[in-house]
Amino acid sequence: MNIQIDWQAFTPISLVGGLLLGVATVILLLGIGRIAGISGIFSSLLKPKRVEAWQVLFIVGLVVSPVLYGLVKPLPAIEMSTSLPLLIGAGLLVGFGTRLGSGCTSGHGICGNARLSPRSMVATVTFMLFGMVTVYIGRHFLGLI
Amino acid sequence: MLKNMIGLLAGLLFGLGLLISGMTDPTKVQGFLDVFGAWDISLALVMGGGLIVAITGVQIARLQPTSWIGSSIEMPTTTVINKKLLIGAMLFGIGWGLVGICPGPGIVLLGAGQWQAYVFIPAMIVGMLIYQWFEPKLG
Repeated sequence: MNIQIDWQAFTPISLVGGLLLGVATVILLLGIGRIAGISGIFSSLLKPKRVEAWQVLFIVGLVVSPVLYGLVKPLPAIEMSTSLPLLIGAGLLVGFGTRLGSGCTSGHGICGNARLSPRSMVATVTFMLFGMVTVYIGRHFLGLI
Repeated sequence: MLKNMIGLLAGLLFGLGLLISGMTDPTKVQGFLDVFGAWDISLALVMGGGLIVAITGVQIARLQPTSWIGSSIEMPTTTVINKKLLIGAMLFGIGWGLVGICPGPGIVLLGAGQWQAYVFIPAMIVGMLIYQWFEPKLG
């Protein structure tokens, strides 16, 4: 197996986006003492008795961010060839999986790894690996993706 | 009030970070996960950049008695690596790979009016509700 890096698709600006994710995480941590785990914050909205206003506003911020981005430059064109059943299946897996595993790419991937939590490192390696295997099988064997 | 403003600001910045980085582009995400195809390594910069800032922030947070609003700084204390963590991360990874969307970008794509997000996010909510129903049975 040889690995070929697609330099044509490479976007160095991704680093700027990453730094911004870090800044948002740190503002939440130092500002109000809370962890920026999106699946955790979002799922708290599903527990009406326990939801806090800042959690609702954090999600509002995520939803409004494309509008703000659009003021400066046009939103990046997004092409997806995904079918409806695949979207539904993937949504169910992501919803159930992130709750069972207590986090996603933000909570484990950024916040947990930044704390050098072995638990988050294991979770991150696991979901990255299974994501890679899924794309490998789904794209190159099943032609699903 | 300040707490809510910080929540909103963090959400806005996080969303902008996801848009600028390319995390909201499912094709790019799947290109990153496609190690043995034409591998787009850009998204490695996202976690790298995020971690550099976040590691510094965590170190500062550990030296602070409280947050800016005076509340305690809450960091998860669970250290156990168990089946729940592994199976959860596994299922999440499969779902993420299938469509290239994880929770943050999915929510941002709602705001961008991307129709796929209007299917993905409701399905994700159902998945979370199934877990909530299932949770007491897991012990």
